Amino acid sequence: MARQNRNSKPLKGLQKDRTGIPGFDEITGGGLPEGRPTLVCGSAGAGKTLFAMEFLVRGAMVFNEPGVFMSFEETDEELATNVASLGFDLTQLQAQKKLLLDYVFIERSEIEETGEYDLEGLFLRLGFAIDAIGAKRVVLDTLEALFSALPNEAIIRAELRRLFRWLKDKGVTAVITCERGEGTLTRYGLEEYVADCVILLDHRVQNQVSTRRMRIVKYRGTSHGTNEYPFLIDEKGFSVLPITSVGLSHDASTERISSGVPRLDTMLDGKGFYRGSSILVSGRAGTGKSTLAAHFVSAACARGERGLVFAFEESQAQIIRNMRSVGIELESYVKKGLLKFQNARPSAWGLELHLALVHKSIIEFEPSVVVVDPITNFLAVADTIETKAMLMRLIDLLKVNQTTAMFTSLTSAANELEDSEVGVSSLMDSWVLVKNIESNGERNRGLYILKARGTAHSNQVREFVVTNHGIELIDAYIGSDGVLMGSARASQLARERAAELERQQVSARKDRELRRKQELYEAQLIALKGQYEAERDAILRELDEEHRRERLVADQRVEIARLRQADSAEVQMEENGARKARKGPPR
Amino acid sequence: MKTIPTKRRVANGRSPQADSGDLDRWNLRLYVAGQTPRSLTAFKNLNDICEEYLKGKYHIEVIDLMENPTLARGDQILAVPTLVRQLPQPIRKIIGDLSNTERVLVGLDIQPR
Repeated sequence: MARQNRNSKPLKGLQKDRTGIPGFDEITGGGLPEGRPTLVCGSAGAGKTLFAMEFLVRGAMVFNEPGVFMSFEETDEELATNVASLGFDLTQLQAQKKLLLDYVFIERSEIEETGEYDLEGLFLRLGFAIDAIGAKRVVLDTLEALFSALPNEAIIRAELRRLFRWLKDKGVTAVITCERGEGTLTRYGLEEYVADCVILLDHRVQNQVSTRRMRIVKYRGTSHGTNEYPFLIDEKGFSVLPITSVGLSHDASTERISSGVPRLDTMLDGKGFYRGSSILVSGRAGTGKSTLAAHFVSAACARGERGLVFAFEESQAQIIRNMRSVGIELESYVKKGLLKFQNARPSAWGLELHLALVHKSIIEFEPSVVVVDPITNFLAVADTIETKAMLMRLIDLLKVNQTTAMFTSLTSAANELEDSEVGVSSLMDSWVLVKNIESNGERNRGLYILKARGTAHSNQVREFVVTNHGIELIDAYIGSDGVLMGSARASQLARERAAELERQQVSARKDRELRRKQELYEAQLIALKGQYEAERDAILRELDEEHRRERLVADQRVEIARLRQADSAEVQMEENGARKARKGPPR
Repeated sequence: MKTIPTKRRVANGRSPQADSGDLDRWNLRLYVAGQTPRSLTAFKNLNDICEEYLKGKYHIEVIDLMENPTLARGDQILAVPTLVRQLPQPIRKIIGDLSNTERVLVGLDIQPR
């Protein structure tokens, strides 16, 4: 076999064999070490057998690598029945020679030890099975059954050492399952022999809610995720949720999407939230968080995008009814397939399963907008640290998919408003705070933007009014009496309007007076002008008369002189004078 | 080196089918893996014990798993050598090279426990 000669090839790092188990290949950077045995340990019911079986079945179906399953606990039929519910048809795979099940049964009471022996029978049997179908993958489940079946532990240990060596020489990728011991990884210390890769499966119950986790204890010759990863066994089999491995390398979109409330968009630079950002809406009970979220998701559906609502408090019908009462029609979007609700009580499952289901829904539905209402309910099933970790993974997942998410958070009365309970505020890009403001015997809602990363947002407190046509944001009255809302604002506005009206009336009156005065003076001006012109005409007429008279006198004098035959010089002078007078009066 | 007769070779003249209904009939099957010194020891020990305690009423079948690995599945053989008492019922399995005669006799129910 070509695989057996691998050692002679030039070194190129550890080759890995993909398991095909969703998520597992990501955390291990490609799967299990190829051609080496891997130890999978865990307590009863941790999922060891299923992990091993899925490794084989997926190997056979997806990667076309035949596998041998040597079971020490369950018969072939039992195994086939157990995994049939996951959609794996072992009988068919066996018929196709892609899988070989070998049930090894050893009954201690039948066995008498009478001297030296070895386990060559097992080797031959396994070797024959491997060669029969050309297996590249082998599972031994659970090898530790040997310890209870055979009396001589020393021989078993020596033989197991030989077995693992032999498996390596065979070049098969092997999974060996082991029961977890007290304080040790395996009950019989098998980790001493299988040192290449050790995977620990854990199933723990906390607050009556169980969570499955997986950890890679060691993996020689490669880097791997070292965290405890939650995993899930559902109707599709085993899946590991390596969401934490996503990290902070997601893209940042510059596209903006509406919050669904026009005035809120105005407060956010006039454009709304960034696509792919996460938004926290926090506030005490009854402040309208869910309504705000409904606006957000309905705006997305109106744009033709898909929205997914994870509701942990209300049923779908209840949400639709309640939102209809404030004028938000969601049912039509549900019918069009744009909107999907996923309702569940937080206590229905463990946190990890919740995350897994959310994860799955997001992958399947591919929404562009997600609402989680509310995140604080998770505190009922897990503590703050776990909830925060879960939300971090959720946010990472959403960001990678460029999904815009709105989370609502209920602030209890005992807590500070700017304390987001779950402590996730630092994970959020935007934080809208809705608060109740009590004064004058009434309660009003105020809304402000606590933070909005990368947005020049308004610092104003807006009054938040839920009307029968949705949420309206109204400028809160800010004056010498502080911030006024509700009826106080209304009465203040009325007062202001009255004052305004009066001011308008006063100025109108003054305006009229001015106009009247102007008219008066203008009339007087016209009269004066007429008078002046009349007087001037009279004066001019008189002057004219006088000149004519003067001329007449001068002419007569010249005439008299001529008649008297006076001195020529004297006549000349008189004539000049008469000519001057004829030219008219100087003006 | 002396070899042992393998697979379905009858060690004692009588055919196993001849009188299988006989309650005092011992059908023994010895599984070995190759002609190892341990296999030889086991076969010799078995022969000696049968000759001494079951003379004339036993039948030994030796199966070499090296030659017939498929047969390991039938009797659920892991350890070699393994001696399987097919008859009389119930089936008993004795592992090891049969050097501890006392335990072989107990295991085969020739001697009471």
